[in-house]
Amino acid sequence: MKNIVDILKERILILDGAMGTMLQRYKFKEYDFRGERFKEWPVALQGNNDLLSLTQPEAIATVHGKYFEAGADIVETNTFSGTTIAMADYHMEELVYELNYESARIAKKVADEFTAREPHKPRFIAGSIGPTNKTASMSPDVNDPGFRAVSFGELRIAYKQQVEALIDGGVDILLVETIFDTLNAKAALFAIEEVKEERNLEIPIMVSGTITDASGRTLSGQTAEAFLISISHIPILSVGFNCALGASQLVPHLEVISAKTDFAVSAHPNAGLPNAFGEYDETPEMMASQIKEYLEKGLVNIVGGCCGTTPEHIAAMAKLVKDYKPRQTVIPA
Amino acid sequence: MSETIDKYLKLSGLEPLVVTPESNFINVGERTNVAGSKKFLRLIKEEKFEEALDIARHQVEGGAQLIDINMDDGLIDGKEAMVKFLNLVIAEPDIARVPIVIDSSKWDIIEAGLQVVQGKCVVNSISLKEGKEQFINQAKLIKRYGAAVIVMAFDEEGQADNYDRRLEIAKRSYDILVNEVKYPPEDIIFDLNVFPVATGMDEHKRNALDFIEATRWVKKNLPYCNVSGGISNVSFSFRGNNPVREAMHSVFLYHAIKAGMNIGIVNPTMLEVYDDIPKDLLERVEDVILNRREDATERLLEFAESVVGKARESKVDLSWREEPLQNRINRALVKGIDQYIVEDVEEARKSVSKPIEVIEDNLMTGMNVVGDLFGSGKMFLPQVVKSARVMKKAVAYLLPFIEEEKLLNPQVGDSKGAGKILMATVKGDVHDIGKNIVSVVLACNNYEIVDLGVMVPPEKIINSAKEENVDIIGLSGLITPSLDEMVFLAKEMDRQNFKVPLLIGGATTSKAHTAVKIDPQYQNTVVHVNDASRAVTVVGDLLQKESADGYKKSIKLDYEVFRDKFLKRSKHKEYKTIEEARNNKFNIDWQAKQIVKPKELGIQVIDNIDLEKLLPYIDWIPFFRSWELHGRYPDILTDEVVGAQATELFSDAQAMLKKVVEEKQLKAKGIFGLFPANTINEDDIEVDLSEGKQIFRTLRQQLKKREGAPNFALSDFIAPKETGIQDYIGCFCVSTGFGTAALAKEYEKNHDDYNAIMIKAIADRLAEAFAEYLHKEIRTNHWGYAEDEQLNNEDLIKESYKGIRPAPGYPACPDHLEKLTIWEVLGVKEKIGVEVTESLAMWPAASVSGYYFANPDARYFGLGKIKEDQVQDFAKRKGIKLEEAMKWLAPSISED
Repeated sequence: MKNIVDILKERILILDGAMGTMLQRYKFKEYDFRGERFKEWPVALQGNNDLLSLTQPEAIATVHGKYFEAGADIVETNTFSGTTIAMADYHMEELVYELNYESARIAKKVADEFTAREPHKPRFIAGSIGPTNKTASMSPDVNDPGFRAVSFGELRIAYKQQVEALIDGGVDILLVETIFDTLNAKAALFAIEEVKEERNLEIPIMVSGTITDASGRTLSGQTAEAFLISISHIPILSVGFNCALGASQLVPHLEVISAKTDFAVSAHPNAGLPNAFGEYDETPEMMASQIKEYLEKGLVNIVGGCCGTTPEHIAAMAKLVKDYKPRQTVIPA
Repeated sequence: MSETIDKYLKLSGLEPLVVTPESNFINVGERTNVAGSKKFLRLIKEEKFEEALDIARHQVEGGAQLIDINMDDGLIDGKEAMVKFLNLVIAEPDIARVPIVIDSSKWDIIEAGLQVVQGKCVVNSISLKEGKEQFINQAKLIKRYGAAVIVMAFDEEGQADNYDRRLEIAKRSYDILVNEVKYPPEDIIFDLNVFPVATGMDEHKRNALDFIEATRWVKKNLPYCNVSGGISNVSFSFRGNNPVREAMHSVFLYHAIKAGMNIGIVNPTMLEVYDDIPKDLLERVEDVILNRREDATERLLEFAESVVGKARESKVDLSWREEPLQNRINRALVKGIDQYIVEDVEEARKSVSKPIEVIEDNLMTGMNVVGDLFGSGKMFLPQVVKSARVMKKAVAYLLPFIEEEKLLNPQVGDSKGAGKILMATVKGDVHDIGKNIVSVVLACNNYEIVDLGVMVPPEKIINSAKEENVDIIGLSGLITPSLDEMVFLAKEMDRQNFKVPLLIGGATTSKAHTAVKIDPQYQNTVVHVNDASRAVTVVGDLLQKESADGYKKSIKLDYEVFRDKFLKRSKHKEYKTIEEARNNKFNIDWQAKQIVKPKELGIQVIDNIDLEKLLPYIDWIPFFRSWELHGRYPDILTDEVVGAQATELFSDAQAMLKKVVEEKQLKAKGIFGLFPANTINEDDIEVDLSEGKQIFRTLRQQLKKREGAPNFALSDFIAPKETGIQDYIGCFCVSTGFGTAALAKEYEKNHDDYNAIMIKAIADRLAEAFAEYLHKEIRTNHWGYAEDEQLNNEDLIKESYKGIRPAPGYPACPDHLEKLTIWEVLGVKEKIGVEVTESLAMWPAASVSGYYFANPDARYFGLGKIKEDQVQDFAKRKGIKLEEAMKWLAPSISED
């Protein structure tokens, strides 16, 4: 099977779309989330999408399959909130290893089936590492700006657990994503480097930040270029942006990093901006027409979707990228 | 592997700092160093972190591109102080925009610092002092934390104090870092030790020269690395003689930079401009720095005694007052300085034959400069409004002279300005901040403004336009019923054969509405203009004699094309019938929900609340938007483009707000009521008042949505009567507008539009803050369904509280008619004096009204477009004529 680094030189890779949006279609209720195993769990579990890897594994596998079918080269594991920090709300800190391990296994199994069927197009899985629900460089209390709800050390330990479980579960790539606070991401990268050193292994890393509003900055206040500089200290496969904005709004920020990095560039935007109901209504065609601008400007090596995107969106992108060459880049072998 | 991106030292705070060969010398601020600043040390010891932050801020404002933070002192807990201070620095965007140098001789302090900074820092410093193993371990960790590093020329033997030792240590350190640690060479900064010269000791004579030469060698032989140093050391022996020290610093820097030093700590106030150093001093200083003569030190010492150190005075730079008259006038207008304008205008008046020429010539020249700067984005709206204040003051001074002149020479006609523009907020609408801004900006550009104020009936607009023979009519409105007023006026202008262009502006207006609804009604030009800077160009183009016709045609065509596209596009949408929409309503499992009964049922009036209480609830983001400064507060204060302006505007607002609060210039009043209620017939909410029942009518989304997404109406958030469960609803009105109009008028009388607009903008913010405050009181006290909530202001702005407070006229319930029901339920007008106009705008303008829904599932949504079947149903339910319902709901009714 071809190495992802080599494939990236040949063509633009497709990342999958939203897991949450697809799971919403199942309309899982509290008891679906709980399944048999967590029937007696003391806190409400509805909304804990990561848990569905244990209680509704069929659904997760089906969604992965739909994205692969739509043309995705890479799907993300269902582990966006798979840290002790993010799981604390559900009192599920103890389950973090299992959640990540099983999520990776589910995705890997589906990926392997597709690769076996279409060996010319190997499928990969990326271990999704979310930002957690705490920020290391901002205070949640306006009256105490020096306060921090979480420390670098706590984040590093939590991320390390997640990374180890994802690797044990068989992920091909680690994806540190939806970074709204660069310090959180740096803790994740620090943890990854530790695991790499301890286990003496190499694994490609994708890093994806989030520009939260029109001012063009991350939630923690960095410009796109400052963000890029802050995470470029270790060799990564790609850097880019996801979530928060629609495809068009990402263009200026992608232009910045595309011009200023040797790493591959990725983008997995939302299906537009949420409407007044918090829903995303950009159709696959609308989104693809905006992604086209990335391709014409040669800005990206990997594209996919975030909130509100579906297999139809991914299929539209997959169809589109065929006609374009990937952004010229230098990827460490 | 080849490289396409150059290997430059790249650092980051909130913003990037890339050090290229073309970069000027990078200056590191050093006042946040307990070893370098006694004041900083004292503040940290006394835990006065706020004041310590000011020092950091001052450094950044003064041009430091990096700030060095050092807490190494025996009497403070360095690690704790470092983390605490860094955490506070990170929370200040105007400081945190630059990268940080974490400076300590203790590794645990450095590591603690690295763990709290998101940007790419510089570590100051590591060295081979404790041996290779420790050096490698520290470098590895620094690399993993993602920082650059300063390497001291220091090893197991001691500090490098000559040329050869500097080379030896630098080379060894570099090789270990690059080859063994795989540290990026561009992230290495050598500190090659700056030592004092002219100490009287022979072994110190080459100190500066060796540093400079070693720098040259390092830059040449150790690719991509950087060199830094602390400059003030070099002049240590001349403490107390600043002129000499300053000259020494500049000379040393001049030569070290030429040799390749690109980063350093320099106190900019302790630096003379190289070219400004007197020749004789320069020669002697260079002799010392470059060790050019045996007796260099003696000669400089001798000379130094003749140079008396003078304390530099700092005062406001008034040198511009010496410049020619026109320059002074231009500057006063551009900078908004009104202190000297009368005196300058008087001087100008004496030099011309007719006083009007001062306006036409001197002042307009200045205003043209302002206009050009504004047009090219080099000035911002608040500055322009300040310029207008100076202009008005000047004109007010000249007016009596002009009148006198007219009496003497009645045959001379009035001056002809660039054009006359009528401005009005339409009937039923009271909002005028945007209109006033546009008026001021246009007036700055020499247009004569006929401002009819707010709530202007159409006949008055038509008649004034005729009487005044205006060239353009500008209409403004903020609430949706105003859109209809504008359509009506366009029709009326067409019927009366008007030819002048019609400008449309205000928050509720849009290009779409203008193109689709207004433009077809008027055969002449209609233009939608939503910001002041565009207003100037549009008006200019419309009144430009030669090219106006072409421009008008192109606008007409543009709107036609836009209209066609819009009408075609909107056909895509599919709607449900109201019945289908009701069948797909948002379902709450009422049996499972615990409904909280309000602690205090009934109506309460809040009379004259202390404004101080509202301050923490102010959301500043819309404030900046109203001044056309775009960005998010507080980031906007440090924005690269508008930051300076935003900061100034903000401090003006704070000053006014302080005065308003202290002198109780505005009165805040509020009223609210909490009542038993249940939903009846799907879309109505029956409210149980002690003296009978009232019904709130809600509207339901009809747009066809994807499977599983409900069609919301506000009534979905209240338990239906048939469940047998008693539910509750609230409603409110608050106002902070009492007194605004009088204050604004007072400012206008003094030709101060800037503050007249400001007071209205502030009253608006206070009203919103009052609504936020009251909602919190409702949640935690009066209703008490969220007694234990802990939300800060940011959470409030993000609306992360439980329950909602939708307002009639806003997306969830765009129907303004419901205000009348609220007024009736609460007795708003009788009890607190807030009225509604015929277009259902609230007066005073700085008022907010709405409902309270407490259900945790209640959420904000937008109604979107609805179909005629719902309008008919609504009219029937409400017992009003279909035409009346159509009129009020028009903006929400789908076209296709």
